[in-house]
Order: sequence, then structure tokens, then C-alpha cells
Amino acid sequence: MSTDWTPDQPLVSIQNVHKSFGDLEVLKGVSLDVRQGEVICIIGPSGSGKSTLIRCINALNDIQSGSIKVRGIEVNDKSLDKLQLRKNVGMVFQQYNLFPHKTALQNIMMAPVKVLKMDRQDAMEKARALLKKVRLEGKEDSYPGELSGGQQQRVAIARSLAMNPQVMLFDEVTAALDPETVKEVLTTIKDLAAEGMTCILVTHEMGFAREIADHIYFTDRGVIIEHGPPATFFDQATDPRTQEFLGQIL
Amino acid sequence: MVQSIQNWFQQLAETHTKWNFIFFYDPVQWERFVSGLWMTIKLSFICLILSVIIGIVGAWAQGAKNPFVRWFVQGYIQFFRNTPPLVQLLFFYFALGQFTPTYSPDGWLEIPIISNVGWAIISLSFFAGAFNVEIFRAGIEAVPESTTEASEALGFSRLQTYMYTVFPLAFRVSLPALNNNLVNLVKTTTQAMAIAVPELLYEMVSIYNDYSTAQNASMLVLFISYIVLVGILVLAMSRWEKALQIPGVGEA
Repeated sequence: MSTDWTPDQPLVSIQNVHKSFGDLEVLKGVSLDVRQGEVICIIGPSGSGKSTLIRCINALNDIQSGSIKVRGIEVNDKSLDKLQLRKNVGMVFQQYNLFPHKTALQNIMMAPVKVLKMDRQDAMEKARALLKKVRLEGKEDSYPGELSGGQQQRVAIARSLAMNPQVMLFDEVTAALDPETVKEVLTTIKDLAAEGMTCILVTHEMGFAREIADHIYFTDRGVIIEHGPPATFFDQATDPRTQEFLGQIL
Repeated sequence: MVQSIQNWFQQLAETHTKWNFIFFYDPVQWERFVSGLWMTIKLSFICLILSVIIGIVGAWAQGAKNPFVRWFVQGYIQFFRNTPPLVQLLFFYFALGQFTPTYSPDGWLEIPIISNVGWAIISLSFFAGAFNVEIFRAGIEAVPESTTEASEALGFSRLQTYMYTVFPLAFRVSLPALNNNLVNLVKTTTQAMAIAVPELLYEMVSIYNDYSTAQNASMLVLFISYIVLVGILVLAMSRWEKALQIPGVGEA
């Protein structure tokens, strides 16, 4: 990698990021750092800019000013090599967004074969191993349309992992799921975190956030209001807006 | 067997003078009928393939970053969609045909490098292609933005996203409309008669110009021939549509 990143620096470093959609300013100077192996959760009311923030990390949205660095790669750069960035960043979406015309196995294999030019046979073995990891053995040949929401989401996680990302972004990945299937997806994410994967999650699952996160960020109207380790954050929130939000959902 | 069929039609022509299926018993006319049919099949097949290729490339180019490329595609569609195909055909052959280089096999004759059949193929392919671009565009618009984003997030380039994800999905959505357009294309090949392409209509009209008693019979056989040709196409397309069907795709 052509960057001067070293493991003692934050893996993802976000500095004073501003982002507008037309006249609407969605991010008003957000800064946060994520170290390698850390799991952070971003919580906050709808429309507070949580999803926009993590979509900026892999350049699905561009930013107006500020800096986002992933492993030393500056995202806010006209000459950004998006491929290089996206090899480092895996993303899982609320609506799974699997390729509906490909089987579960093909969904996972596709990017390694076409983007990383991995050998087909190796990619297939890897895809099988990943399906096993997300506890979906036997579903290799099922199409997304034949899988439940929770199963699809786990395939989506496996699909991202197949690219060997350095950091995983989870954008409200359980928000579209039935209550019964939420757990299986959360378990998968927990396993990942336990293995040391760096994760950035946008979530409404407070219990889960408390359990899994090393650090919680609370955003409202485009700014980070308050942040801290889960224990202090949930029990000793000082800002009235945080207290109000937590009061509504806990 | 063949002999008895020929005899039967010959008998029919004698007893019912308005129903002279001369091409079914006179070997020379039979030859004309078959060569016309073969030309129609060739013309249809080649134009079909080319028009689909034009559609795929055009729909891709419509999403280009460069505005000139998009305007060019838009201009192409507007021109070919909003003018009569017969006028296009005459324009290609008579107007553009004047400017195409010629070659001379014997030092005397001057033969244009693009024949009338060539112009018919070009003109009809561009005509049907313009509609195909719009058909595929509609299919592409039906592919959710989120699916494209997922592909980009995995590191696929725009071309790869189009090739592996957007187009395969859009194509399935587009098939019924594509079907219609291709049926139209097969029927529109009859207009190539205007520049003397010896396709089925041209040959049949020639036959009944030579044998006026064969007029009714020619018309009847023309109708039946096109019903069969289009029927085969529709059958093949719907088979293809079924073969491409995937659980959960295009059902909602």
C-alpha cells in the first residue's frame, strides 16, 4: 500500500467533515477516530446524518470539506483511487442489496473473482468457508429471493468479508428484519467483532450497542453531541438531548 | 408425395382460376418463393442481432458522464424513432448511397461497396436499435440504485457494474418490450422491397405481377409465412424469458 499509515494511527480518521445535499447541511463538522480492532456504534434520531457519515467513509457520498482517511487514504481527494479505498472498506446495507440474479455462493465469489482477479477455485472455496462462518451451509445454490431477510443479510456480510476489508461498515443492518431474525445477524456481527474486525455500526439496537461497542457516538442534526464508552455513555449522559433520546428508547 | 402436392395445386389452379398457387408446383416460382423467404430470414436475423447490440451499447452510453455522448444518443433516438422507417431506408440507400465508394471487378462495372441488402440491414438495425435503447433504458431504470451502490461498494467499476449486475437485471425486465419490438422488426423488413431487396414480399409481388392469377394465393401465403416466422420468434423469446427466470426477480 502506497500510504504511510502505521497501526498506531487511527484506522479511520474523520476530521471536521461537512456534507450538504443542496441547501440542506447534513453533516456540520463531524470528527471521530476509529482504531484498528475497535467497534464503534453511531446512534441518534432519524435524519441526524448517521448513515450519510458512514456512506462518506467509502465514498458513496462525497463530502464538501474536511478529511476522511482510511488507512491513510484520503477520501476527500479528486484523484482518489476508489477501488483501492473500497478494497479496504466493506459495507453492509439496511436492504441487504444482494445481486438477485446470482446464487448466495455467486454473490460472495463475484467481487473476489472480478475485482481482485482471484482464482475461481480459490474464490469458491473461500466463499464456502464464509457461508459456513455466517452459518449458512447448504444455502450455496439458493437465490436471494429464496432466503429470509436474516439469511440474506448474512450472505451480504459474507460477501463483504470476501474482499478482506480492514474495516466493516454496517448501516442499520437489522432495521428491515423481523425481530426473530435480528438476533442471528447480530450474532454474526458479534463473532466478527470478537475476531478483531474493526467495525463501524449505525444502529438502533441499543442493547446490542451497549454490549458490543467500545465507544458510542450520539449524533443529532449533523453534529456529534456526546460520546464515550457504553457504560458511561448510557448511564451518565450529560447532554439534555442525549438524555431525551435515551429516555425515549430505553 | 411432393409430386402429388404439386399435382393438387396445379389441379386447383385449373378448377379455381383465382387461386393459382403457382409457386407450389412450378419449380422456377418455387425457387423465387424460397429465396425470398430465405432473404427475409437472413435480414430479420442479422437486424435483430445488430439492433440488440445497438440497444445495449446505446443504453450504456446514455448513462455516460460526457454530456456530448448523451446528446448524441438522444439525437440518434429522436431521429430514428420519430421518422418513418421507409423514409429512412430510402434516405440511406439513395442519399448516403451516392457517397459510398465503389469498386470495379472488371474495369467496367462500378459496384458500390454497400449493396442494397447492406443498406437495408444498416437502416433497419438503426431503426429498431433506437427503440431497443429506450427499452433497455426503461429496464435499467427499474434496477434499484441500492443494488448498483452495493456493487460499487464492493469495488466494481461502472462498466463492471453494468455488465455483471445492471444489464443482466435490466435485460430480464426488458424482455417483454424487446419481444414486441423484434416482432415489429421482422415485419418491417418487408419495406426493404422499396430498394429492391429480394426478400419475401418482393418475390411474391414479382410472382403475381408475372402471373396475375396468383395474386390471392400470394397474399394468403405471405400472411401465413409472416405468422409462422413471427410465431417462431415469439416462441423462442418466451422460452428464453422462462429460462432466464430467477426466483424473486421481477415478481414484485
